Amino acid sequence: MTETPQMPEMPEESIPKVRHPAAEAWEMFARNHAAVVGLIVLILITLGAVFGPMLYPTDPFDMVWAPFSPPGQEGFLLGTDYLGRDLLAMIINGARVSLIIGLAAAVVSIFIGVTIGALAGFYRGWVEEALMRFTEFFQVLPTLLFSMVIVALFGASLPMITLAIGIVSWTAVARITRSEFLRIRELEYVMASRASGAKNMKLMFRVILPNALPPIIVQSALMVGSAILFEAGLSFLGLTDPNVVSWGQIIGSNRQYILDASYTVTIPGLAIFITVLAISLVGDGLNDALNPKLRQR
Amino acid sequence: MSGPLLKVENLRIELTTRDGVCPVIDDLSFELEHGENLSFVGESGCGKSMTALAIMGLLPEGVGRVAAGSITFDGEELTTASRPRLRDIRGNEISMIFQEPMTSLNPVYTIGEQIAEVLRAHQGLSQKAAWDMAVELLDAVRIPNAKGRVGDYPFQMSGGQRQRVMIAMALACQPKILIADEPTTALDVTVQAQIFDLLRDLRKDTGTSIILITHDMGAVAEMAERMIVMYAGRGAEIGPVDQIIDHARHPYTKGLISCVPHIVDTLTDERARLTEVPGIVPGLAEFGRDMCLFASRCGMRVERCLQERPPMQDFENGQRAACWRAEEV
Repeated sequence: MTETPQMPEMPEESIPKVRHPAAEAWEMFARNHAAVVGLIVLILITLGAVFGPMLYPTDPFDMVWAPFSPPGQEGFLLGTDYLGRDLLAMIINGARVSLIIGLAAAVVSIFIGVTIGALAGFYRGWVEEALMRFTEFFQVLPTLLFSMVIVALFGASLPMITLAIGIVSWTAVARITRSEFLRIRELEYVMASRASGAKNMKLMFRVILPNALPPIIVQSALMVGSAILFEAGLSFLGLTDPNVVSWGQIIGSNRQYILDASYTVTIPGLAIFITVLAISLVGDGLNDALNPKLRQR
Repeated sequence: MSGPLLKVENLRIELTTRDGVCPVIDDLSFELEHGENLSFVGESGCGKSMTALAIMGLLPEGVGRVAAGSITFDGEELTTASRPRLRDIRGNEISMIFQEPMTSLNPVYTIGEQIAEVLRAHQGLSQKAAWDMAVELLDAVRIPNAKGRVGDYPFQMSGGQRQRVMIAMALACQPKILIADEPTTALDVTVQAQIFDLLRDLRKDTGTSIILITHDMGAVAEMAERMIVMYAGRGAEIGPVDQIIDHARHPYTKGLISCVPHIVDTLTDERARLTEVPGIVPGLAEFGRDMCLFASRCGMRVERCLQERPPMQDFENGQRAACWRAEEV
């Protein structure tokens, strides 16, 4: 190797024009048309849940008209239920409860799942063994039954229902987090961080976790949908907070009249169906956008 | 200060593999002086990187361990140091740059954040001070427009630039030792030269000792004062670079030096064939044997090479070689 000639301005290696990963991810998302439709629907539902009760201030618990008034007649867009309550007001208010429970339960299960998965994947050895056996224990529990037991024991309040759903659905997150940690902990930049003296906590949550997020985000999006379904299932069985309206509860309380006034069950059912479908489509789009392995499809 | 900065004595590192316990480093001793550049040379799998990881206290957990010997840094024994103490030393007093600049930076943080993080952790600088320091460091490693690029993500930089960022990060806390594990293997030749220039200049300015691990004899000749030739986990030859290149005392070193291709003036159809050292490095299972491990590839093998491990033999000029026939080489 000879002396490199001195140049006035060092010719830097040309800077490759690379697009920001976020822009690239959005493009991949936008390419999935179903996901974009899902996102629009989801935004509309969210706006409805947030602002609906102000724009349509009818109390969902008020008996406003005769029972079983069909949709579109007597001035009630979606009709009235078996107690003469305005179904539209119930759906709007129920959207709040369903979305909040869906989100909160997802947050609970992500919190548990990420913590357990991260510890297992980072420390390996007996920590991993113990935590994964623990996870498997929760995986094989009949989820609906277990959450019913929790709610029945500790009371049917919103926080307890949320917690019950979260506790039975974190296992998938834990497994995904663990597998991502197992992969990422061997990468060079983790070694480089170690070599610069980073502590374990920092390695886990500041170095590895942000890089493990994409599949966790996808899973969480899908989990919001399944949490909404789960809540509907619980309230259909009557395990619900009597002080709030939720979609599952509307179905549950009207189920005896399914033959006489099918719309009282169909309409909240459709609301659940559309919402969960929209969330699933968005989750699928996120998967396209964030999962590099599927990029070259 | 008296005595060498880093002293490794009779180091033995064992790896637990499926086939049992193998000594990947076997009875290795060397010293590193203040401000010195020491190079490790050898083929892949000779234990060069293992030595570096052992000094850093980063041997793969549960697989590798220091079985015997000592590593003394500035009078402090590292093999028995506590984990928090080792963490303090890492990145602060001894730091390391890696082979693959493309993957050695965390893709989700800006380079400024990553450099500042090291400063904040070890020097207790404030967010603002650390960020300003990061800009200064980027400037020092000759990233053009450092102020404008400190907020860039690694994906916005080329390989050479990323390696500069790695160097900036490694030098952030003004370490006493910088271990560079094949810092240019993944880079273009022109960029390699720039990185070596940079390392040399930085050493001049900061007085940091450098341990350079490389395959590249040319780089060694240009960068280092002393070199260690490693073979199969053992030191084959140690000594001043110019003397070793001038007159190697170990057949393996000789082979390595003659492997370096020379660019000739006239290109004819009959170009000189590249020489090679025939054969491959023995497998891990062979490592512990009481014989010269190079014997199977050596043209000067005698009966004794297969029966006894040759000890390090001193020469007057400071060279040391582990060969039974070192005097004849």
